[in-house]
Amino acid sequence: MEHGAVIKHDETKGPKTGAWRYMHPEVDKEKCIGCATCVPFCPEASIEMKENKADIDYDYCKGCGVCAEVCPVKAIMMKKK
Amino acid sequence: MNKELAKHFFSGHSACAGCAFPAIVRAVLGEASCEVVVANATGCLEVTSSLYPYTAWKTPWIHNAFENAAATISGVERAYEIMKRKKRLPGGDKKIKFVAFGGDGGTYDIGLQSLSGALERGHNFLYVLYDNEGYMNTGNQRSSATPYGAATETTPSGRASFGKTELRKNLMDIVAAHHIPYLAQANVAYLADLKKKAQKALAVEGPSFLTVFSPCTNNWKFPTSQYVAIAKLATETNFWPLYEIENGKYKITSEPKNVKPLTDFLKTQGRFKHLFSEKNKPVLERMQQITNEEFARLVSLTEK
Amino acid sequence: MNKNNSTKKLALTGGAAAAEALKQIEPEVMPIYPITPQTPIIETYAKFQADGEVDTEMIKVESEHSAMSAAIGASSAGARVVTATSSQGLALMHEVLYIASGTRLPILMIISARALGAPINIHGDHSDVMGCRDSGWLQIFCENAQEVYDKTIIGMKLAEKVNLPVMVIMDGFNTSHSVENLEVLETAMVKDFVGERTAITPLLDTKNPVSYGPVALQNSYFEFKIDQEQATNDAAAEYQKIAQAYQEISGRRYGFFETYHTKDAERIMVLTGSATGTAKVVVDKLRAKGEKVGLVKIELFRPFLHQELSAILKNAQEIIVLDRAQSIGTTPPFYTEIVNSLYQIGEIKKIKSFVYGLGGRDIFQAQIEDVFMGKFKDKYIK
Repeated sequence: MEHGAVIKHDETKGPKTGAWRYMHPEVDKEKCIGCATCVPFCPEASIEMKENKADIDYDYCKGCGVCAEVCPVKAIMMKKK
Repeated sequence: MNKELAKHFFSGHSACAGCAFPAIVRAVLGEASCEVVVANATGCLEVTSSLYPYTAWKTPWIHNAFENAAATISGVERAYEIMKRKKRLPGGDKKIKFVAFGGDGGTYDIGLQSLSGALERGHNFLYVLYDNEGYMNTGNQRSSATPYGAATETTPSGRASFGKTELRKNLMDIVAAHHIPYLAQANVAYLADLKKKAQKALAVEGPSFLTVFSPCTNNWKFPTSQYVAIAKLATETNFWPLYEIENGKYKITSEPKNVKPLTDFLKTQGRFKHLFSEKNKPVLERMQQITNEEFARLVSLTEK
Repeated sequence: MNKNNSTKKLALTGGAAAAEALKQIEPEVMPIYPITPQTPIIETYAKFQADGEVDTEMIKVESEHSAMSAAIGASSAGARVVTATSSQGLALMHEVLYIASGTRLPILMIISARALGAPINIHGDHSDVMGCRDSGWLQIFCENAQEVYDKTIIGMKLAEKVNLPVMVIMDGFNTSHSVENLEVLETAMVKDFVGERTAITPLLDTKNPVSYGPVALQNSYFEFKIDQEQATNDAAAEYQKIAQAYQEISGRRYGFFETYHTKDAERIMVLTGSATGTAKVVVDKLRAKGEKVGLVKIELFRPFLHQELSAILKNAQEIIVLDRAQSIGTTPPFYTEIVNSLYQIGEIKKIKSFVYGLGGRDIFQAQIEDVFMGKFKDKYIK
């Protein structure tokens, strides 16, 4: 019990917001041109560039679809999962 | 998970899917060249990022109350100054930038006095306002930042009402009147512009201020995927101009090549849906007129 | 009187005595906002600052709400923080008082207690401090300038030891603006006594980042408040220890309650603040005439030590409580506490309730004498 409710960041105590998803973004690695436009707009900071391709961390992705919307080459498709 | 991007503000927060302010927080703090300590007024950002036992904040952070983020950070900043002077800084000597975050309710309205005091006293801090044009954490009530004609839960459209009847309060002019070195109006859709302004604001040795457009998917009523597209339209229609005021000098930092009609922006959001009726046609015209007048006024200020 | 260290005799008002103690304590951050009758405290301290006698960040805020808000920021940062206020200012701080105590932040606040509007009144009474008696702040009352000086030092050490905010309260004008003789200790002695604050989780320690002020909902809020109340109750013992240590360096003894001729007293008066001095004179006069009277002065009001008080009062036949505040709609604050104390030991006593001194109205020896002798019929000593 932290006195005065002063708390420390602890990732293990954080909710894996991926559970919120009902629409699921999928990156088409061929289409992706590695421009990383989607990366800073993702509200969950869940997108990283791996081998210059967008890679989504589904632990936290809430399925909002912003990445699909901002992708200049429509390399990300929202799928029902 | 993008560890670098999330180094100050981690994932696992419970902001609505498709919320705009996480990108604002990370864009601004990402430009800091030293440690940051954050104060956060009560509001969406605060309650969704600090639900016990989890805090998404990886940088020191304090929430005090709704109307006192600026007063609170004033105390932290002065404590830093004297403890540095007396070689008593916890964790040893280092440079720290103090940043306060607040929504429009906490900044235009209830927190205005505390903000004004902190600006007038010249504390070394950056205040970042994520402006979602209403009290969204309490379920979309009108604030003085809500635009003329918008429907909210306290200014609903109805047989005898077209929504908010007052013009939006011009907070930027109020803050500018404090003659602080730097303030700017930015938009989450224009990240490069936002980051450049954040850099300038963070570099100020004294008070600086950013107003950042922050669309609210839940209460402006648009699909969760659209905050960037809609934010862009706000600037492309001159509804939300991008400018800065540096040592009193107004400068527009980015202007749409060809200005779109305001309705292009309004029609994307449920909060303006009621305006697209025969009865409310005059309101739409008035809103376009207001946008034109305000933009013209801004341009005249840049020519001074 | 303590022989082996040099002390200085001064004649100061209560406000100046607080400033004198604060100069020796030398807080790091002091958010200030003017309000009569507290203002001489911050003016006197500002002069010390201007003359380079102290190094304190005095933040001249734009309201008392911001004074307490800045104090919370500074205390969370890890600094030693002091402020001062009265009446309407204390009332304006009300929201953030609870946040300071709930967040376990040591902040010392000197109060020159003053009436609350409406109607507005700048003179002394206890309505302002009674108005925040449930805010989780420790509350220590002072009878005179000497106690203000001593309890400012005790209060600072206590706050930082138990990590809870502390109010040291004097009567507005009666004490704050009346010059009295007092003895001040050597600065080195005071500095050694209060030491330096070392915060547990200071906000400025960026290597160990923490979040102050999270949301705690149905599943955890209750536990935080129980934890806070436990700490507040435990603070009483710490207060006593610090008061004892202070006696060793000053020769002056403080505690939860001061008793005056209570051992064999049939009628005991309970009160606090500046009127206690007047009441002591009346006790002396009546004792000289063979009347078995005595009085108890409340020093530590929050936390309130019911057992200790009922132990003092249990043999008296009649208890006379003088409140300098109302609790409009029910019985006055002190009276309510004391009925509670005696009820807890099953002592159903004759307890009389009086209210005096509202809005600075003077109280005279003759009135106190009539009250002791049961000749004062009205419950308002006006």
